[in-house]
Amino acid sequence: MSDQPRPRIAVVVFPGSNDDGDAVLAFDRLGADVFPVWHADPDLPSVDAVALPGGFSYGDYLRCGAIARFAPVMSAVARFAGDGGLVLGVCNGFQVLCEAGLLPGALRPNASLSFVCRDVELVAERTDTPFTARCEPGQRLTMPIKHGEGCYFADDELLGELEANGQIALRYAQNPNGSVADIAGVVSRDGNVFGLMPHPEHAVDPLLGPTGGALVLGSLVDAARERALSPV
Amino acid sequence: MKATVLVRPKPGILDPQGEAVQSSLRHLGFSVEEARVGRVVDLELEGGSPDEARAELERMCEQLLANPLIESYEISVADA
Repeated sequence: MSDQPRPRIAVVVFPGSNDDGDAVLAFDRLGADVFPVWHADPDLPSVDAVALPGGFSYGDYLRCGAIARFAPVMSAVARFAGDGGLVLGVCNGFQVLCEAGLLPGALRPNASLSFVCRDVELVAERTDTPFTARCEPGQRLTMPIKHGEGCYFADDELLGELEANGQIALRYAQNPNGSVADIAGVVSRDGNVFGLMPHPEHAVDPLLGPTGGALVLGSLVDAARERALSPV
Repeated sequence: MKATVLVRPKPGILDPQGEAVQSSLRHLGFSVEEARVGRVVDLELEGGSPDEARAELERMCEQLLANPLIESYEISVADA
């Protein structure tokens, strides 16, 4: 593993991001070179994947993620995704991707109206995406959630499309927040953008608990490495 | 010119905030059957006619002030 080439992954840091540190550590441990990128940068460095971390970007003003999509770096992220680049959004990063129109759907306040902070079990529905390839079909993986607004919403029409296109990559084994169809994570139609509310970056070290997150982030590192070796 | 935008959760969209407000109001003895909580945005616009302002506000709602998937909006422009 250690003699494999290390792909380059950017972690975007917004004012109010607070999981960027763990994301950097997790990707580094899983074999990537990580480049933190400040939200005000107009460009991304030359990278094989981009991750938007969790947190409370811009204080969650208006709606979670609504303001972050105007950050200068987000134009570069949108271009990167438009060119087929791999983009991951975790928690607030997922909210930002939805608000930016890079992923379908929206995230609403949890049905319980309570902030939920605990480990949850997820079911891998798709294992042929760059973000879940290390999982077995139907595999259960455990990682923490910690959010107040993680209730994924899609109207009936959109939900039908997501199901038909196989865009629901991860579902909750037990729904913690009222998300429609138990959706925990969705991929874009083209499969190169992925967002999820649970936190894979907090679940990569057996010393600290479950390690389900390593399957997700490790899949992304594998896919990024492949792209680094044979650019599209 | 002054304008006000009301943003509401669309009908059918779960509104846990509204539910919490409703149950709290009932707790105080008010017989409230339903409460929905939205958002008010007051704006002061530069120049233009009320019709132009309305069109502009429409675009503001579509692009930022509301998320059309989950929220509806209502625009009112104060006549100068």
